[in-house]
Amino acid sequence: MKPGTKLKSAMCDTEVMVIRSGAGTIECGGAAMGEAKPDAIGTPAPDLAAGTLMGKRYVDAAGTFELLCVKPGKGSLSVDGVALSIKDAKPLPASD
Amino acid sequence: MNIALFLEMAADTAPDRIGLVCDGQRWSYADLLAGARGAAALIRDSGCAHVALLDESSEAAAMALFGAALAGVPYVPLNYRLADADLGALLERITPALIVGDVDRVRRLCPAESNIVLTRAAFVEAAQARAVDAPAEGEDGEGIAIQLFTSGTTAAPKAAILRHANLVSYILGTVEFAAAPEEDAALVSVPPYHIAGIAALLSSIYAMRRILMLPAFSPEAWLDLAADEGASNAFVVPTMLARIIETMAKGGAKGRRPDLSALRAIAYGGGKMPTELIHQALELFPATGFTNAYGLTETSSTIALLGPDEHRAAHGSDDPIVRARLGSVGRPLPTVEIEIRDEDGAVLPPGQAGEIYVRGEQVSGEYRERSALDADGWFPTRDAGYIDADGYLFLSGRADDVIVRGGENISPGEIEDVVMTHPAVAEAAAVAIPSHEWGEAVGLIVVPRAGHDAPGEEELKQMVRARLRSSRVPERVLFADALPYNEMGKLLRREIKKLFAA
Repeated sequence: MKPGTKLKSAMCDTEVMVIRSGAGTIECGGAAMGEAKPDAIGTPAPDLAAGTLMGKRYVDAAGTFELLCVKPGKGSLSVDGVALSIKDAKPLPASD
Repeated sequence: MNIALFLEMAADTAPDRIGLVCDGQRWSYADLLAGARGAAALIRDSGCAHVALLDESSEAAAMALFGAALAGVPYVPLNYRLADADLGALLERITPALIVGDVDRVRRLCPAESNIVLTRAAFVEAAQARAVDAPAEGEDGEGIAIQLFTSGTTAAPKAAILRHANLVSYILGTVEFAAAPEEDAALVSVPPYHIAGIAALLSSIYAMRRILMLPAFSPEAWLDLAADEGASNAFVVPTMLARIIETMAKGGAKGRRPDLSALRAIAYGGGKMPTELIHQALELFPATGFTNAYGLTETSSTIALLGPDEHRAAHGSDDPIVRARLGSVGRPLPTVEIEIRDEDGAVLPPGQAGEIYVRGEQVSGEYRERSALDADGWFPTRDAGYIDADGYLFLSGRADDVIVRGGENISPGEIEDVVMTHPAVAEAAAVAIPSHEWGEAVGLIVVPRAGHDAPGEEELKQMVRARLRSSRVPERVLFADALPYNEMGKLLRREIKKLFAA
């Protein structure tokens, strides 16, 4: 998946921007995300419904995948069934 | 990834929140995004190769920056302080362009028919009018976002380019989205053609911190705007800070003491901060956090910073090593790598001075004509400096400013630091002067402090001999009323060299 690609959830309003990615399927609410929004929106699986937060970056443990949430929703992000977590960034003082 | 995403996210999250205040006018994030989309439609229709700004800061700068980004055309803010001949040459280089700002000057210097030239008001009006039916989708952001002409001291100015990828990486690496509380406001007084002016727009919009634009800096206007709008953050260059402090000492603007109680953070950069001035500022603003930011155009702004806690620790310390950090630019950002290398390219250990190299996704190191990156992606900054044992980066001037005396490299900073400790010296600069015997020798120019007798030439030489070594002793010493600086507070060493040649 090319950096800059915008992916939409099939289960909720979530949209993400791909910052980096490797081999694997990016999912939201348990279903694969795609560049087009499906006509019918499903419901996130109960264990994948913690929601996404606007402006947060989501990463896998290996650091292969990084997604920026540009529209929040009810589903949770995962890659091949493994949940992504919010990237823990040390806050920096404003410098400009 | 397109930098316009930052404005889209802010407008999605809080469309009615005020994003920018300029000349008393207030623009919401939705207003700014509509203006940018309208501007993008104008730019696409024009078929121009560049979007230029020849104007002071205003809402037009934000609309042109993001409009150009959406349209996939490089944005080129120009330095309106350039002489006619120099500016004319740059206008030729960006033709055909859509140019916003000083219409008369553009037409006089570059009559090319293929340029579309609009005043600020006409551009903003046209962008707003086009916003109604302008497409929301932008280009994918794979190309050049910004082109900035370097100052060009010896040759024609170089066109440094920053890609969307560089700027996106910088912002995502340093700013947390919507991190600013709604009452926060950042006072932006650097000109729009400076990398700090562009970075300020991007950072503040992504943090959703209201931008207070000050189109033309004066200490009085700065203090008034900061007090009236309750600025929480500001970025200044050292000369601005000096003038602000001077004005406050006189009782503030309009004879009233401005209320700066909201001002939590002041960041500075763009030139060397005199140590005495930063100590003074830390005392005058005891509750404000100071951040020193070091960066270059080619690195998408900041690559190293000295944060608020480090400032206070250094200011309050008796340990000379900790105290000296106030003269450093802090530590590298977690997202960049910095190395110090000698002339042969070998990496130097802590404490040894050489040229500063930097690598990271935010580093472009690219010009229109060529890339300056080496095979491994390192950018030679042409700045000289060293890293101390604790990882703090100290600058010692431009690599080109190094004085080579009989094969020995002398950094002007080490001599200046010694001379500046003399109580009767307000400012000092060391430059290379031609020498029959050594190739180059040290020339020292000194501005005596007001109310003091000028220090003796022999006394200054003796100071340098005692503290450094004989090769550092100035061969010639000149006295002046002031040193030449550019408008960003950068010392113009080439002008000083001319004084020695005269």
